[in-house]
Amino acid sequence: MKLRLLLWGIAVLLLVALPPVVLAIGQPFYLDLARRILILAIAAISLNLILGYGGLVSFGHAAYLGVGAYTVGIMGFYGITSGWLQWPVAIVASALVALAIGAVSIRTSGIYFIMITLAFTQMLYYLGISIAEFGGDDGMRLKSKSLFPGLIDLRDPVAFYYLTLGLMLVSVFLVHRLVNSRFGMVLRAAKSNDARTRAIGFSPYPYRLAAFVIAGAMCGLAGALYANHTNYITPGLMSWQQSGDIMFMVILGGMATTAGPVLGAFVLLLLEDLLSAWTQHWQVILGPLLILSVIFFRRGLAGIFYKADA
Amino acid sequence: MLEVRGLSKSFGALRACDGIDFDVREGETHAVIGPNGAGKTTFISQLAGNLRPDTGTVRFAGADITALPAPRRARLGLARSFQITSVYPEFSALDNVALAVQAHSGHSFRFWRAAQGDPALAGPAERVLEQVGLQHRKSILAANLAHGEQRQLEVAMALATEPRLLLLDEPMAGMGSEESQRMIGLLARLKQTKTIILVEHDMDAVFRLADRISVLVYGRVIATDVPERIKLNEEVRKAYLGEDL
Repeated sequence: MKLRLLLWGIAVLLLVALPPVVLAIGQPFYLDLARRILILAIAAISLNLILGYGGLVSFGHAAYLGVGAYTVGIMGFYGITSGWLQWPVAIVASALVALAIGAVSIRTSGIYFIMITLAFTQMLYYLGISIAEFGGDDGMRLKSKSLFPGLIDLRDPVAFYYLTLGLMLVSVFLVHRLVNSRFGMVLRAAKSNDARTRAIGFSPYPYRLAAFVIAGAMCGLAGALYANHTNYITPGLMSWQQSGDIMFMVILGGMATTAGPVLGAFVLLLLEDLLSAWTQHWQVILGPLLILSVIFFRRGLAGIFYKADA
Repeated sequence: MLEVRGLSKSFGALRACDGIDFDVREGETHAVIGPNGAGKTTFISQLAGNLRPDTGTVRFAGADITALPAPRRARLGLARSFQITSVYPEFSALDNVALAVQAHSGHSFRFWRAAQGDPALAGPAERVLEQVGLQHRKSILAANLAHGEQRQLEVAMALATEPRLLLLDEPMAGMGSEESQRMIGLLARLKQTKTIILVEHDMDAVFRLADRISVLVYGRVIATDVPERIKLNEEVRKAYLGEDL
């Protein structure tokens, strides 16, 4: 426990120290990369809640990334640029979409659940492609970043980075509290042994649905951040490849671990960046690496630290 | 306490339960025995709510529960243990039981405070572990408990829900003789205060614990009586041909 807290402390310090360092060495690109990683880490953290702790293999988590991003984009399109309005609406909209998708899909399990969550997300993806007013296939440009007058200016890359880092850490803490609460115990119990959980008197459905909605809302926030990060929103944000990426971060980093999704996001995206600078066929290298890591690190990368701790 | 009338369940052409009438009185230990394939597990699953009967009714404490799903029945006070050990392997023994306590202390939409170490859950859970003799193993992961201890833990989880009726599906399954004796001792203590349905193959245990016995053969109850008279029943002897009662 102490070792893990120490490692968290070191990681946070490094992340806090990152902006001055990369600016000093004249590589602001890395600030951009780190911010993107942190945003997708939030998405992975939210997926870990339902996938890792809840056993719900949602293959459509990018949907909420897209809903969050498009909410910001569409509100901006109609001239509503206040972040105080945009972000809460993005979160609520994602939660509602998650409620609708979850209410149907959580009644199924196994391969059906995977397929239904995927199907819903594909529907949203094609919706994004088909609405020409919001850019359709080409995507839409954000006219202005979300405005938080007096608090923060997102055009300042360093400030935006620290905000993202803060929100990522809050997400980690939130999920950590959640999975150790009574609610979280039911969620984890239902994953561990469904029949037993029913036999002692729990109906897992409402708990799973609640977790699904919370995860959707959190991922919606990541979407709002992402829209501001790229200034450009495309339907690709809701593609199944994006869902797969988020899922892979969770599995690579370690399902049902606190640090797993964050580690997974960093390793996957840094590797992607490193390898793509090296060769355009980087996926040929990344693929086998990922397969090997899944085979050798049964509990993901975070599992290494669990062993060190025990 | 429990009244079953005309319970039938078929799987294709197989009539696993064929018009079962069955009663459990308050305070008694009622054993259900029968040769393999007699329909015991199907019967139990319908009592616990995991299977819906084709026809027939189940009444529990005066209410018709035939259509209720398993979690609702559990909350009404019908607790079961499973024939095949069914615990949460990655949780400690204490957390296993604490979850059962939690299931009966209101809703669990409590998102913030840590559940582990909550005295409202851990307190009752420790008392139940003590009751079944596992208190010294409380922080061991259920996966690392011996088979006999896992069976005890199952009983503890059922007990922790403060049931009005305990449904024990072969609690002695797969146990060595020493473990069996310990389990029989535990059940002998429990039966003094609990109403129990005991499905068991171990005849020694059945005749030591049961107040009444129902014999299930080919999906029918062929006899329900006190143990002494079940031993002498001709039909039962025929059903158990070759086996010593």
